[in-house]
Amino acid sequence: MFESLQLLWIEPPGRGLTLLSGLLSTLQIAFGAYALGLTIGLLGALGKIHGPAPLRWLLTTYTTLIRAVPELVLILLLYYAGTSALNNLLESLGFDPIDISGLVAGIVVLGFVQGAYSTEVMRAAMLAVPRGQTEAALAYGMSRTQSIYRILIPAMIPFALPGLANLWLIVTKDTALLAVVGFFELASATKTAAGSTRNYLLFYSAAAVIYLCVTLMSNVVFGWIESRYRRGQATA
Amino acid sequence: MDWSWLPEYSDKLISGFWLTIQLLVICSFLGFLLAVPVGLVQVTGPKYLSVIARGFCTVVRGTPLLIQLWLIYYGVGELFPGIEGIRESFLWPVLRAAFPYAVLAFTLSIAGYVGEVMRGAFAGVPKGELEAARAMGMSPFKVLWRIWLPRAVQNVFPTLAGEVVLTLKATPLAATITIYELFGRSTEVRQDTFLVYEPLLLVAGIYVLLTGIIVVIFGWLENRIPKPSVA
Repeated sequence: MFESLQLLWIEPPGRGLTLLSGLLSTLQIAFGAYALGLTIGLLGALGKIHGPAPLRWLLTTYTTLIRAVPELVLILLLYYAGTSALNNLLESLGFDPIDISGLVAGIVVLGFVQGAYSTEVMRAAMLAVPRGQTEAALAYGMSRTQSIYRILIPAMIPFALPGLANLWLIVTKDTALLAVVGFFELASATKTAAGSTRNYLLFYSAAAVIYLCVTLMSNVVFGWIESRYRRGQATA
Repeated sequence: MDWSWLPEYSDKLISGFWLTIQLLVICSFLGFLLAVPVGLVQVTGPKYLSVIARGFCTVVRGTPLLIQLWLIYYGVGELFPGIEGIRESFLWPVLRAAFPYAVLAFTLSIAGYVGEVMRGAFAGVPKGELEAARAMGMSPFKVLWRIWLPRAVQNVFPTLAGEVVLTLKATPLAATITIYELFGRSTEVRQDTFLVYEPLLLVAGIYVLLTGIIVVIFGWLENRIPKPSVA
């Protein structure tokens, strides 16, 4: 057992480096997907609250469907559909088809899924901001856009933070699903290392510990951010 | 769109569908059962049990389910062949099959998530009600069974519906350990027919339908249980 612990070491024959570069990919994909998800979520929430009826209807379909289908199925569907749609587009424009890197594809696919959850979190947070605050902004002569980024967004952050923190934890864990499609990240790196050394228990435990560390550190960071944003707010 | 494969594979898809339902029902049931003590000891149990339960919830909620599943199937499964005489024992067919590992992994995962929910639910039941029950002379177990548990479940019922939906959406992971549930069957069809979208779209539709059914069932149950009084 203790001899096999050497397999986790950085230098060969240890597989530590593989796991670390897997972790790096996981974090890159998670950050990218989270950022994309937040963007979709913000626009989606604005669209759901202020948009015209067809847009609202479209967004409701998007959030409902995405949240009802297993992530694994979505990843496969979006990955194949997305790449072939892009290549069809490129072909019709007279370009050669391209091979989309796992990193970009992973970010786009997970970001699109995150967007649906994030839309709901942001929508609830926006509705929690008292109407009077945005009305006051408009009364001061701010434009609609100004009232959104000066008043609405800063005021909704404390309401959105717990939900958004949760989404971050979900996206870091969801990156593991990309291993099933064959992308390189921590879970697939672990799978390769475990398979080639035949030390499954050791490597999967190590991966679990790494993911756990990411989660625990994220909790600390979000706790700190939340306490900053709650300054000046009445505590319940 | 090419759907000509559907009649040929419908039997396989239906058997996959039932396997998904089985996984969902068995794991939800066992998971909820385990979640009750996990939540309860964090509210009322001795210190060491509460620490263990909290650690369990943190680990389950802090690691991907896929890793938990692989850890249990490949990792723990790797230990058994080393035990002498186990191949001859009556347990071997169970230990060799993938299904029990999936049930174990999903059950533990649900217990972790729902245990956290139940902790809040147990803590949220007004103290006076429990004191009244004790004053009536109920034993601790009777207090739990007649007052504490029903009141706790009543308060978090909508959340439990959400957890069942999450469990449904986790079942496709079982396909990665050779369990041919609905998603696994669709993968099989895709490999046989070289069709990319149609089998995936079909199972996606079925999952949406199942989610809808779960929401409707839980909504109906929710209407049947008395509403918690608003304090």
